[in-house]
Amino acid sequence: MAEMLTGVTVRSRVVGGAAVVYASDYLNKLSGERIERECRLQLEAGRRALVVNFRDTELVNSIGVSILMGIIDAAESVGAQLVFSDMSAQTVELFEMLGLTRFVALAKTEAEALATLSGFAAASQGSGH
Amino acid sequence: MAMQGSLQKKLLHTFAALADLGQEIAGTNDFEEMVRTSLHLLLGTLAIRKGALAEYDEAEQALKFIVVRGLGLQLQEEIPVDEDDLKSLTSLDSQGIAISAEDTHSNQFLKNHQAQFDFTRFELLIPLVVRGRLTGIILLGKKASGDSFSGEDLETIHAMARHIGVGLNTHRLMAELERKAEENRRLYDGLRAIYKDTVRAFASAIDLKDKYTQGHSERVGRYSEIIAREMGWSDEEIEGIAIAGYLHDIGKLVVERDIINAPYKIDAKKSSELNRHPAAGYEILSPIRHPYADIPLMARHHHERVDGRGYPDGLKGDEIHIGAKIVNLADSFDAMTTDRPYKRRRSFEDVVADFRRNTGKQFASEVVIPFCYAILKEMEGQTKERRIMKMLGRDYLNPERDIPLLKDLIAELESEALSASAGNA
Ligand SMILES: [Fe+2]
Repeated sequence: MAEMLTGVTVRSRVVGGAAVVYASDYLNKLSGERIERECRLQLEAGRRALVVNFRDTELVNSIGVSILMGIIDAAESVGAQLVFSDMSAQTVELFEMLGLTRFVALAKTEAEALATLSGFAAASQGSGH
Repeated sequence: MAMQGSLQKKLLHTFAALADLGQEIAGTNDFEEMVRTSLHLLLGTLAIRKGALAEYDEAEQALKFIVVRGLGLQLQEEIPVDEDDLKSLTSLDSQGIAISAEDTHSNQFLKNHQAQFDFTRFELLIPLVVRGRLTGIILLGKKASGDSFSGEDLETIHAMARHIGVGLNTHRLMAELERKAEENRRLYDGLRAIYKDTVRAFASAIDLKDKYTQGHSERVGRYSEIIAREMGWSDEEIEGIAIAGYLHDIGKLVVERDIINAPYKIDAKKSSELNRHPAAGYEILSPIRHPYADIPLMARHHHERVDGRGYPDGLKGDEIHIGAKIVNLADSFDAMTTDRPYKRRRSFEDVVADFRRNTGKQFASEVVIPFCYAILKEMEGQTKERRIMKMLGRDYLNPERDIPLLKDLIAELESEALSASAGNA
């Protein structure tokens, strides 16, 4: 289980074949593009299972929504599995209202998300390391 | 109840986005950042997955894409815009046009560019028009929900588009202003350089005519500059006084050459001919729009004396322009310290005696005192450059002998000035 800091602020880690990216407060500003970039980097590195963890994100605003749509695009374009975890009830409501839940799976916790993805990650990533 | 709650949430989400957009457009100095954030806000508000924003570049007559989202590629494309396009886009006046529903042939812009730019990737084209001028366009794809845009959605889009249009317009105005200022600055610098070259050419022409005083005009310019700097003038004013020094004798260009070059003291008649040169200089310099103030006046009055016995106007004391007083002193100092056809230069001791005798008669103490300080500072090694000593030649000044002379003179002139101002009060 390797935990690492990428760039200045975006936290991410790799669990088995899946990457977990932490959305944090930066999501709701232009700096949120860094989170999108981190997700793209993980996908470019060959990972086909991605979790975005919202445990430090109280609320998602319009900028955040736009950036998350960018992450959805990135995952779709390479056929990767994407799960959003630890979303607040408000954010879930917003996602439902905007029709975004059709494009991404939601999980209550990161562990649940990883469990959902594990089969897929193992299949696409081989043995990992 | 649930319906109403969700409607409120939707309104709140939209409202927050509008407020953020207003802040973003008013508050950020980074144009690119503002544009990126604006498109994020617009797309995120209604969950629109594809969008692009282009700025209209008037000079190049092209729409240039600044930010693109959801197309899986970075658009580097430009769309050239001709008069027809411009008319067709501005006539929409920020009202969007539904691309899929539109018979593209009914819109001139879409018709003209459909072949090179696939507009069908998008649902909506919104021209950004501010006061009749196109500032850019926004292209939007479908909503993630799959629903078509409601009337409310369109209102939101247009409100945000208007904000973004204003943001683009402000940016363009600022850029235009900057470009004009830069252009003016360059033009101005260029003119100034030409002006200074011309002044220098004139100065050497003046000095060439007067073969015994080679370099006189240039030295008068430099001494004047040094005095003005000591008096605390601004850089701009100092440049001006230097120019006045260079040009003070320009009137000599119209005075007979043989009078100027007479190798003996000239008679009264010839002297009055020579005395025309300050007024003649004023006539020459007046029609020119100098980048510095009062150049012609300083040339006209450089032979005035504070006691009123100078020429051409016989002005007294404060009637004489301070710049003319400086040039007068610089002129006299250079005349005393350079060899002339009819006499050798005077010793510094003599010069100090002349300053003592003539301050309050020919010279104004308000310029003599600073000049003495400037010379003193150089002799005491307080200045980086020794400009005065360089002009005077190596052995002219003798600090050991001359510093006490200058200090005495300064003390004397300062106490006189003090009692004069006490007398006035
Ligand atoms: Fe003169």
